[in-house]
Amino acid sequence: MAVKEEQQFKELMAKGTSLGKVDEDIMRETIRTQDYWINMGPQHPSTHGVLRLILSLQGERIVDTEVVIGYLHRGTEKLAEARTYHQIIPLTDRLDYLASPAMNFGYVLAVEKLMEIEVPERAEYIRVMMAELARISSHLLWLATHALDIGAMTVFLYCFREREMVLDLFEMATGGRLITSYYRIGGVAHDLPDGFLDKVKEFCEIFPKRVQDYDDLLYANRIWLSRTVNVAKISAEKGLALGLSGPSIRGSGVNWDLRRANPYSVYDKLDFEVAVFDGCDVYARYLVRRKEMLESCKIVKQCAEYLEKTSGPVMAKVPKVLKPPVGEVYMATEAPKGELAYYIVSDGSQRPYRLKIRTPSFANLIALPEMVKGHLVADVIAAIGSIDIVLGEVDR
Amino acid sequence: MAENEKKVVQKKEQQQEEKPKVDFNKFPEVRKIKEKFPEAIEEMDYFREELTLRIKKDYIVKVCELLRDDPELSYNYLEDICGVHYPKREKPLEVVYHIYSVSRRTRIRLKVSLAENEEVESVCSVWPSANWFEREAYDMVGIRFANHPDLRRILLPEDWEGHPLRKDYPLEGPPGYREKWLREHLPYYNKL
Repeated sequence: MAVKEEQQFKELMAKGTSLGKVDEDIMRETIRTQDYWINMGPQHPSTHGVLRLILSLQGERIVDTEVVIGYLHRGTEKLAEARTYHQIIPLTDRLDYLASPAMNFGYVLAVEKLMEIEVPERAEYIRVMMAELARISSHLLWLATHALDIGAMTVFLYCFREREMVLDLFEMATGGRLITSYYRIGGVAHDLPDGFLDKVKEFCEIFPKRVQDYDDLLYANRIWLSRTVNVAKISAEKGLALGLSGPSIRGSGVNWDLRRANPYSVYDKLDFEVAVFDGCDVYARYLVRRKEMLESCKIVKQCAEYLEKTSGPVMAKVPKVLKPPVGEVYMATEAPKGELAYYIVSDGSQRPYRLKIRTPSFANLIALPEMVKGHLVADVIAAIGSIDIVLGEVDR
Repeated sequence: MAENEKKVVQKKEQQQEEKPKVDFNKFPEVRKIKEKFPEAIEEMDYFREELTLRIKKDYIVKVCELLRDDPELSYNYLEDICGVHYPKREKPLEVVYHIYSVSRRTRIRLKVSLAENEEVESVCSVWPSANWFEREAYDMVGIRFANHPDLRRILLPEDWEGHPLRKDYPLEGPPGYREKWLREHLPYYNKL
């Protein structure tokens, strides 16, 4: 680097400047390059919350990145130790507030695994349907803001139109739009309201056509391609070593989706494809999430068809006071952002002895410094967008 | 009512005693570790289809390297590291590792017990992602990792005192902390 700069400097000196020939010593004193640091966040709009990055730069190239987190730390794990198993459900909503059903899902599955509770099949289908709707809503918000960060304003408006439809569905079924707290240990809070499944089917009809709208704007857009292709590349091996999971690692060609790898709930009865692309860059991660939205839509449709035909209880017989046996479980689920896992240590009392929440955003963020090394500052924005973090989940 | 509850508790205890015996040698992980490091495993457990091995403190990095590098095991993904505090035990601190094999779709849990003043070797050299998880375990439970590249607090501010996820740490924070903080940061606090 230094040799090249020296050469450039000499070339510049030989050519002369607009002021004519200048003494070389004076030039050397006034023009020089040095590393410097730039602070990005925690109030930067494109960090999607309160993420702070300290970028070490040489020119506009990134040499090193330090990630500072913890601005949204609420002590969820400590709070959980003081609450009963039922009371923890609303806390899990607040982790990834953009896909709260998926957060509830992981937690109730962990407690059910610990207590060996059999859940009625109808409840399982309702849960899977809600979790997949949450995945669609989360990916839509991701696509909207990611495109907005990179400079495509229109996509934002289109994506929010469909996200609104999903949130309306949540509101109809649960009363809440973002923080739903719909899941219970052993089932769901109550059955779906009348007319809900018709609306879901209507959504499933409309949605693939709407994805076409986003494709028209982005898929082969020259600006989009130049901002995403070959940006923030990370190989499969390095990505796994650095803790990437979910869509972020499937963009590097790793066929690993926990819904297929270790099927939980009724995912083994449903027909869907795992989206894998091997571009290793921001564009590949975009393709993965785009396809995942369509696959989730397929799952939602299958669930709706099943639920229409059947009726039955939506809640298992679970005692009001839960006292799980002594032991510990680790339940990993595929949340929209990656692997979400709850590690519960039970001492046989009504409250968990320890609840560790392994969140995908936290683990995905570990790989960010490696991804952006050598890139321009503007590419950091694209890289942050491509790993899809939510700070509520990172800081817990 | 109380008697009923007692009966339920007794039933549960009986159930736990009748835990089926597991043949641990059927797991390739156990066989391989026993073959290479005969003294490394202190305790084995199999609960809810999850295999747990308690590893001696000095062997943890070697065992992790074996799990990662052996082609038959290929545990290439570190899912989680967390600390748990058991104040009543002789060795009160525990580090729990969850490791996953993406190709084999299996998971294993390793545990290391530590006394209050003991350190455990960092596994950052095996999986770089351990960096942040170990920082979190240090921040929350106060477990110290030897040879960690950058052992600082991660979620809490650097000047924080104590480790919140210890059992002796009160839920509302240390006594008097809130008042002290307000006194320092709120200029008219005394006049309230």
